[in-house]
Amino acid sequence: MKITVKREEKFVEYEVDVVDITLLQLLTIIKTTQDNTLTFASGCRSSVCGSCSMRVNDREVLACSYKVQDGDRVEPLRNVPVVRDLVVDMDRSYAFNAKAKAWQKTISEGLEVTQEDEKINEVQSDCILCGSCYSACPVYAVNEEFLGPFALTRVWRYASDIREADEKSKIDTIQTNGVWDCTLCNECTIVCPQGISSKTDIEKLRSKSVMAGYSDPSFANSFGGGFGFDGSPSF
Amino acid sequence: MQTDVLIIGAGGAGLVAALNAKESGASVLVITKEYPTRSQTCMAQGGINAALGNAGKDSVEAHIKNTLKSAHGLANEEAVRLMCCEAPNAVKWLDSIGVCFSRTKDAKIAQRTLGGASAPRACYAQDYTGLKILHTLYDRCMSEGIEILSEKYLLELIKNEDGCVCGAKVLDIRSGEIQNYESRAVILATGGYSRIYDKNSTNSTASTGDGIAVAARIGASLVDMEFVQFHPTALKNSSILISESARGEGGYLLNSKGERFTNELAPRDEVSRAINEEILKGEDIFLDIRHLGEEFIEEGLPQERKLAKLYENIDPVHDLIPIRPVAHYTMGGIEVDKNSATTLKGLFAAGECANHRVHGANRLGGNSLLEIVVFGKQAGVNAAKYALGAENTECFQAESENEKYQLESGKNEIDFYEVREHIGNLFYKNVGIVRKKSELQEALNEIIDIKSKLHLMGVSDNSKVYNSNFIEFLEFQNILEICENVVSSALKRDESCGAHYMEKLS
Repeated sequence: MKITVKREEKFVEYEVDVVDITLLQLLTIIKTTQDNTLTFASGCRSSVCGSCSMRVNDREVLACSYKVQDGDRVEPLRNVPVVRDLVVDMDRSYAFNAKAKAWQKTISEGLEVTQEDEKINEVQSDCILCGSCYSACPVYAVNEEFLGPFALTRVWRYASDIREADEKSKIDTIQTNGVWDCTLCNECTIVCPQGISSKTDIEKLRSKSVMAGYSDPSFANSFGGGFGFDGSPSF
Repeated sequence: MQTDVLIIGAGGAGLVAALNAKESGASVLVITKEYPTRSQTCMAQGGINAALGNAGKDSVEAHIKNTLKSAHGLANEEAVRLMCCEAPNAVKWLDSIGVCFSRTKDAKIAQRTLGGASAPRACYAQDYTGLKILHTLYDRCMSEGIEILSEKYLLELIKNEDGCVCGAKVLDIRSGEIQNYESRAVILATGGYSRIYDKNSTNSTASTGDGIAVAARIGASLVDMEFVQFHPTALKNSSILISESARGEGGYLLNSKGERFTNELAPRDEVSRAINEEILKGEDIFLDIRHLGEEFIEEGLPQERKLAKLYENIDPVHDLIPIRPVAHYTMGGIEVDKNSATTLKGLFAAGECANHRVHGANRLGGNSLLEIVVFGKQAGVNAAKYALGAENTECFQAESENEKYQLESGKNEIDFYEVREHIGNLFYKNVGIVRKKSELQEALNEIIDIKSKLHLMGVSDNSKVYNSNFIEFLEFQNILEICENVVSSALKRDESCGAHYMEKLS
């Protein structure tokens, strides 16, 4: 089996005599037997740690849950700085979780959570922060400050939770560079290994925003900007 | 800049410690060799034990009794009592900060039975319990403004002139620079050492016992290192964990003839031995959960289904799952007292790297997530108390020491990756589920031999930037030290006890 891996600016070809293994298994074989300098991140091998996200043939995958195919072209994630080979620096992207205040603001005491309540954010709380959605998101080409798909899904995860007593504050935080900056292209949904749709979560957050008195700023502007809501929080 | 409390490791124990040290008034800094959400904690599936009685009658006393029984006399009853009594509070706290637990029909936290438990006691979140706890703790740390620095590899702990631990020397993986972080107290929360068994382990490749090896190097005592838990059900070819909840919910273990051969819900050491015995007879062993039905499997064990399909090309709804026992959790670790303080002043430890003597010779499923919350808190509170009361002494900086971490190329006559794999297989066979004195001695001799050849091994990558070849070589050296310790401890314990099972002489 032959694959090519993007290293610095060029693609390097590797050939290994194997079939029916994951891309991570293949990369590990290359690193330990052919080329010790090949650099990638990995951890759990079972799709929960989010370390080994990368792109294969222009599509984000977890190397540990993707069966490698002959001729695959492997590259690092986009929209994040490449540290070396397939390893990227996630710090700036993860910082959007804090900017979006993606946490439960109030401490919940003895609240009953029903099975229905639990289902509201069950899938969203499966997020492994692999950054696949962040890499696939086209908004970063025009707005580097966009809070982004995983941080907004995380906001939904908390804002929708019955245990959050101050839902309004969650909504206030995501008006600037947030829910209205998404193009609803759905790329994030397609690449998520956990079956999360950030696009849908963003739409739900938009509904909550409207209920909280906010509106789409581009929509407002096209009508002369007469709505004048200023919910921009200061970070 | 000096922090009050430096926490090394950002899994569940490290993050709980950080939150509690901060709440106690200390300034905190967390460093990790990965990213916080990539820690081993995310792999915990089964649940977190607390005698809430939400799914059937239970009591704290029963939890204590079950834990002590499984520990085979090696646990400290006082520590077990504290952990089990605190368990309901620990779960209540996790619930209060937003952990998405599964729920019962009457809006309580759902609980299920794991091996060795007399009641359904493990609170769970589908089979993502660890993942959801870890991510919620991470979000909580963000909300508290706790600084976490990722991709910094622990090289050594620094002592001041009085011999107190006062910081750490780390390798910044991204830049290749060596950095010192000074603090008044240090908490190690660096995880276990199951990866000494290399591919024969369910664990993340990061579980190389770094913190334990580093602490031992400056004189911290380690206890009960020979106790390694082998999880009965890992996928045969990939060592990927199939949660104990699969058996807890009614899954069977079958041999090639389709016969059941053991009580599936006995503690892990017993079940692993029963499987091992069958394998030695030439049987293939399977987990059968087909009778639980697709709906149940999809709701309660979605990860397992996905992983079995990926790695074994089978669907547990219709097929038997091929399994074997592999190393899963290490009970041994750094000796700590009832304040989570190690034998070195200024150094605290929590989580799998520490030995709080709550698991003894065999840990019960659901007690490790509990341990990281209860003792993570204890370590955080006590390290903060110590740091805030400590005199402000200068850290003694040995810059010249940095030279030994410089990359040297050309020492590559023996490939350490091959040796690492060889040791993993050797330990699985000789220091595994059933042990013999002669085989233990053979393993020890081999480790000593390999250590003597260490100067012939090295890295071939000479990049300063993100040199994972170098990091893996550093981890390999920790593995060697831990291996020697594990097998030496095993040789000293002649009798069978829990997970340390010596073959009876016939």
